[in-house]
Amino acid sequence: MQFKNTLIAGAAGILLSVAGVAKAADSTKPIVIPIHNWSSQVVMAHVIGGIFESMGNNVEYVPADSQAVYESIRNGDVTISHEVWQSSFGGSFYNAMAKGGLIDAGTHSAQTLEEMGVPTWVIDENLCPGLPNWEALKNCKDVFTTVDSGGKGRWLEGPQSWHGTLMEERIAALGLGDDYMVKFAGGASSLWAELAAAKKEGRATIVFNWTPNFTDAEGFTFIEFPEYTAGCRVVDGGDGSCGSPKGWLKKAASYKFPKSHPAAYTTYSKISFSTSQIGSMAALVDTDGMDHKDAAAKWLADNEATWVAWTK
Amino acid sequence: MISAFMQKKYLQFVALLVIFILLYQTIGPAENNLLWRLPPLIQAFPLWINDSISYMMFEWWPIDIYDPDIEEYEESPLVREFTRLVSGLILFLIELIREIMLGGAKTIVTFAGWDWATANPWAKMPGLPWTVIAGGATILGYTLGGRGLALFVGLSMTYISVFGQWEPAMQTLSFVLVAAPVSVFIGLVFGIWAFRSKTVETVLNPLLNMAQIIPHFSYLIPVMVFFGIGDHAGAIATVIFATPPMVRLTLLGLKKLGPEVAESGMMSGCNNWQLLTKVLVPTARRDILIGVNQVIMQCLAMVVLASLIGAKGLGIDLLIALNRLDIGAATEIGICIVLIAIILDRMSLAWANKQTDYFPDQSFSGRHKYSLIFAVLFVVALGLAFVGQFIFPEGFNYLYIVPHNKGISIAIFLQSGVDWIWDTYFFALKGFNEWLIISFLMPVKAAYLGMPVIATFTLMMGVGLIVGGIRVALTVGGFLLFIALTKWWDRALITAYLMSVSVLVSGIIGITLGTLCAQNAKSTRFILTYCDTFQTFPSFIYLIPVMMLFGITDTAVVIAIIVYASIPALRYTVEGLLSVPDTLQDAGTMAGVNRVQRWLSIELPMSFPHIALGLNQTVVFALSMVIIGAMIGTDDLGQLILGSLSDRNGVGNGLILGICVACIGLAIDQILRTWANQRKQALGLN
Repeated sequence: MQFKNTLIAGAAGILLSVAGVAKAADSTKPIVIPIHNWSSQVVMAHVIGGIFESMGNNVEYVPADSQAVYESIRNGDVTISHEVWQSSFGGSFYNAMAKGGLIDAGTHSAQTLEEMGVPTWVIDENLCPGLPNWEALKNCKDVFTTVDSGGKGRWLEGPQSWHGTLMEERIAALGLGDDYMVKFAGGASSLWAELAAAKKEGRATIVFNWTPNFTDAEGFTFIEFPEYTAGCRVVDGGDGSCGSPKGWLKKAASYKFPKSHPAAYTTYSKISFSTSQIGSMAALVDTDGMDHKDAAAKWLADNEATWVAWTK
Repeated sequence: MISAFMQKKYLQFVALLVIFILLYQTIGPAENNLLWRLPPLIQAFPLWINDSISYMMFEWWPIDIYDPDIEEYEESPLVREFTRLVSGLILFLIELIREIMLGGAKTIVTFAGWDWATANPWAKMPGLPWTVIAGGATILGYTLGGRGLALFVGLSMTYISVFGQWEPAMQTLSFVLVAAPVSVFIGLVFGIWAFRSKTVETVLNPLLNMAQIIPHFSYLIPVMVFFGIGDHAGAIATVIFATPPMVRLTLLGLKKLGPEVAESGMMSGCNNWQLLTKVLVPTARRDILIGVNQVIMQCLAMVVLASLIGAKGLGIDLLIALNRLDIGAATEIGICIVLIAIILDRMSLAWANKQTDYFPDQSFSGRHKYSLIFAVLFVVALGLAFVGQFIFPEGFNYLYIVPHNKGISIAIFLQSGVDWIWDTYFFALKGFNEWLIISFLMPVKAAYLGMPVIATFTLMMGVGLIVGGIRVALTVGGFLLFIALTKWWDRALITAYLMSVSVLVSGIIGITLGTLCAQNAKSTRFILTYCDTFQTFPSFIYLIPVMMLFGITDTAVVIAIIVYASIPALRYTVEGLLSVPDTLQDAGTMAGVNRVQRWLSIELPMSFPHIALGLNQTVVFALSMVIIGAMIGTDDLGQLILGSLSDRNGVGNGLILGICVACIGLAIDQILRTWANQRKQALGLN
């Protein structure tokens, strides 16, 4: 076994050194880009695909679950994932990286925030005076109660798989434990349904949300919790009485990508979208009603100066 | 005294209930009391499963594979190389069908490689214009089922095209056209095998239940690792889910045949193979066809979930629309899925029912009439598509394909319909919702969670004992014990609570509505179409309106489950009532029964085995919706399964959680099935 492995390593080594000289071009096998279920991600998939195609690469799009995709990336079946949100997918991302096979291909310049908040009209109508400062919550739990919340105000968190018991710990640490409870939603669409229903009813609601997101257009205000400092969370040894940090938006790639498509990988590692660019991609679909592919084509045509620089 | 007790089942049930209540009242929550909760002895089991699975997936029997892309040798386990071979074959079939309909280069790539295809971009399969496929399907519909079917197929295909859903719809169709026949074939083989051998039947039954109940999310990651991501993975997950009803119904159909059928075959000198293919299977056609219908329905029901592991087509578009709360657009896509399901179902039914014509001495044109018409259509449509290039502005050739997003859309109307329902009923439903949660759902949930483990075991095993004796009791106990020894017993109780509330309501709805509708042929047809529609209409779509109307609450979850789970109760009740022999009905008439008496003393008892099977399926359907419920937001097993997707030890956790869900179903299945079989024997139906 030992001998066999050495032999193979040797053979591979020779092949590699030969290839190192001979090979400069990318493989013609397609770069596999995943499609998830939110607009900016789909448009960005086609934008990045378009950039790769302009460099002469073949591209293939494949629908995938946004949590399960990281396992496919590390197996080499999917090549990249270009929107890794810190709080929702950080867990899956780092798990796959720890198991091996997934690499961090850099971070977008977009600043993200993932935090509890209220629809802006809740503040405009002064349903809970003092918001967005978190201390206001102490005096208006009744506004946020629901039938099944046991008389406490309800925080509608994302699924438990996103941040575990983070919000429960925060409620306890801020001394809100007697007044508020956490309900886990099943997925993003549950959050949007709650926002729509609350607006219809004129009922105040506290919901987990993030920005940039399509809900920005409707108006969404994040609650201002005590500022995040390194180590303030319970998992990091703190007491948990702090809000969320400004989050990152990363790019993941399969370990094979830099080797199989060196030029495309170099470009990919340079790609960096800003908050407004991501917003404009989503708006082409959500506001202007374009098809995702058409939106990507339009974005590429309008922003040629931006992306051509990355391919150089 | 004792013998009276032994004979009267209801006395036994009363006694069981008394014991249950006593146990419930006397044993309070206590950390270390074994009668309250069992210790999680197999806590480490998921981790162990996780480790062995990842060993098999990543390490066992490694062989070295040369990857030309990265120019390195890589170790890959043998199992995975084998499964990848299978997926390659399936993917090839799907893409071949897809590219005949839509065009593309993948089929050529399979033979010539990516390098050649990139160097020769002209080498692509040209797709057929949509008019050819729609027209061809219409002609096929006419040859199989006459004018009515042709009209339905033609209109449906035109709808799909005109609404700009042609490309995703054909992508979905191509993967269903592979998954469905594979499921039917596997189902037939296993059904026949189980018919031949009692052992196979005994082994197969729990496996089939398992395959149907285990939430798909439990095996999402293993399927993705072994088979890769893409249409093939979606097709494989679909086959796992769609095959069980085919096996069941094949077996049921074959078992129902009297011995005289086989005897007549043997008298005519059939060998085994001939007996099977020429005598038994054709005679059992009715039930086997219900199996085919179920396969098609299940395949289309999986379209959305399959898109989570890479199936292209309508599924992902639907998820994107829903995530923007665009219920109108999602409904439009949902209608396309239902239409494809009904087209396939009706065509396969018509094909199977078609009698072979034996007209001798027909001319060439007589024999090949329809092929000739198709040939003409083909040429004309191709010509039109060619002309179309020049007449339409902006480069969209509507006679070739109506591009996605360029078709007509009634999404706005659908959306305003949903909004109208919302506006009109919101406040009325709000009161109902609050009442339901406070005075029913929350107390029931608390009651389930306050149940000592010994009481649960006594109740379930007691019912098993009364219904089927000690063997059934022990089997039921075994399934429960598995759940009790994991650390998820409380979560399982919540799942059981959601399931039993929904099954209760679904059963009542299904049996009542089924009975009412079975009274005349028209309403029967209507209700069966309703069943087909709602079985394939993606549950994700009504999830959103339900959430908006009822909030992120258990009411929403229960309602979503009921919509889906009442279907089998309904379907099997109708089928059961229709299968009551005419002679019995006549006998009843002669005895002078009125309508109620007929229902109570003839129809209901005679169709009880069918209805029990329906209830069994209702439990299965309800449990399979657990994961959908989790997407609304619950704190049961389903939520943990969703969470396992991002968990480091997710594979093991997901599988064991899935098996826990299945164990609930298997325990109930054991009881219901035994009961149904006893009734069958009592009625002389076996």
